[in-house]
Amino acid sequence: MTDSSKVDFFDISRVRSDFPILNRHVKPGVPLVYLDSTATSQKPSSVLLAMDDFYRKSNANIHRGIHTLAEEATALYEASRLRIAKFIGAPSATQVIFTRNTTESINLVAYSWGRTFLQNGDTVILTEMEHHSNLVPWQILAAERNLRLEFIPVTEEGLLDLNTYVSLLNLQPKLVSFTHMSNVLGTINPAEEIIRLAHEAGAITLLDGAQSVPHFAVNVQDLDVDFLAFSGHKMCGPNGIGVLYGRKNLLQSMPPFLGGGDMIKRVHLRSFTPNELPYKFEAGTPAIAEVIGLGAAIEYLEHIGMDAISGHEKVIVNYALERLEEVPGVRIFGSSTNHRGGVVSFTLGGIHPHDISQILDAQGIAIRAGHHCAMPLHEKFHLTATARASFYLYNTSEEVDRLANSLYKVIEVFGL
Amino acid sequence: MDDLYRELIIEHYKNPTYRGSLNPNDIAFEDENPLCGDQIRIELRLSEDEHVTEAMFNGHGCAISQASADLLMESIQGKSLEEVKALTKDDILELLGIQLGPVRIKCALLPLKVLKAGAYGLREASDELVE
Repeated sequence: MTDSSKVDFFDISRVRSDFPILNRHVKPGVPLVYLDSTATSQKPSSVLLAMDDFYRKSNANIHRGIHTLAEEATALYEASRLRIAKFIGAPSATQVIFTRNTTESINLVAYSWGRTFLQNGDTVILTEMEHHSNLVPWQILAAERNLRLEFIPVTEEGLLDLNTYVSLLNLQPKLVSFTHMSNVLGTINPAEEIIRLAHEAGAITLLDGAQSVPHFAVNVQDLDVDFLAFSGHKMCGPNGIGVLYGRKNLLQSMPPFLGGGDMIKRVHLRSFTPNELPYKFEAGTPAIAEVIGLGAAIEYLEHIGMDAISGHEKVIVNYALERLEEVPGVRIFGSSTNHRGGVVSFTLGGIHPHDISQILDAQGIAIRAGHHCAMPLHEKFHLTATARASFYLYNTSEEVDRLANSLYKVIEVFGL
Repeated sequence: MDDLYRELIIEHYKNPTYRGSLNPNDIAFEDENPLCGDQIRIELRLSEDEHVTEAMFNGHGCAISQASADLLMESIQGKSLEEVKALTKDDILELLGIQLGPVRIKCALLPLKVLKAGAYGLREASDELVE
């Protein structure tokens, strides 16, 4: 057994005490073991307080109004944007656009950039391990524009087949859009290399950072990526707030996505002039408290340190792989630990993952069961569903033990 | 949980009596729950006065959906098509003998949805059939 307590990246009990929900019992005497952070993360008190404080003290609409509250609200909102820009290494805060979530960020690119720059017959390269949010927007556009969609295959080990990717680049794609880390396999893709090769072939790149930005340091300039999409709720922030980062000249060349207030400079009855970046893409009153909450979440993550967080997760996921492999009938999907983030998807004998999840729930353990919004990937491995345990900075090796021990209970119920 | 996985359900899941197919048949219908991939196909043979003489199901999915299908097939033997059409969510919960939350209830109701869509001769099954 690996003794993870010997590798302290931070004081785990202090981190856990920052998250009020982790004290909760699912039912009397059964404490919560939350292993579903890939679906959504829990929120530290500092995020809840920042949002509560905003509503209690500074609530007003932004970018309008000259009164004190409006000034404060605007300052808090824009301070969050700046913090996010620094967090991902964006050259300027004007390149950080607020959306609802990763899905909306990708849709924004598909609608605005895609409809402007993709023509009949153009090729877009995706991968077989994409979440539906990086498949469906391109399928919709492909049907409309008669695009050719190609997919980088996933190998048996759960890695992208880069040899095939290199030959797909001969099709001279206009866009390569791919996930930084698979939400099912946990595979961390070699983004820098994929982006470099795409650029050499003349393609624009979009990185789905929904699972990477929350878990390890991601720097848009180091990666040289053109678009990065991610969600606040998976990184200790609130729901309903996401980010699209874009290269400046691309964002400038794109028409607005949604029309309305705040995205305009001037409006006449029959025409309008769009506002400057980033407001051009932020129509209507945004999720102000959520933006402030996301700023607080990033402050929290920076305080713990992204390298410490990914180091901790690595220890936990390695231990989970070790414990789960001992359980008879468990089949684990994905790659070896070198390329894996804090996700373990598995099946247990022929037991349906919903049944596994339900029995674990009775032990207080929250995992995800299903296709995790990646049906094509499940089809590839001839699976209808998998069970998935995912880990974050607040998870412990004791929780992994409880997961493994409870799987024996599942085996017992089903009499395997 | 212990309630949910009572012996009756595990037994019907592991050793279903009515798993199989009927060829030829008078009514056949299948559908799936896109959220979890549970899939059920039901085939029926009817007498001349439209009573169920044989009923079989096939498919894959969780213990709840498969046990529900087996129990449902058992319960409709000899029933008239009108009686089949009149079956409700409560009938299924009574057969299973458990209470289910909003997510798992969809697993339990999939077989009934498929059965009623077939009985009504619909082209597509809808949740309204089992509400």
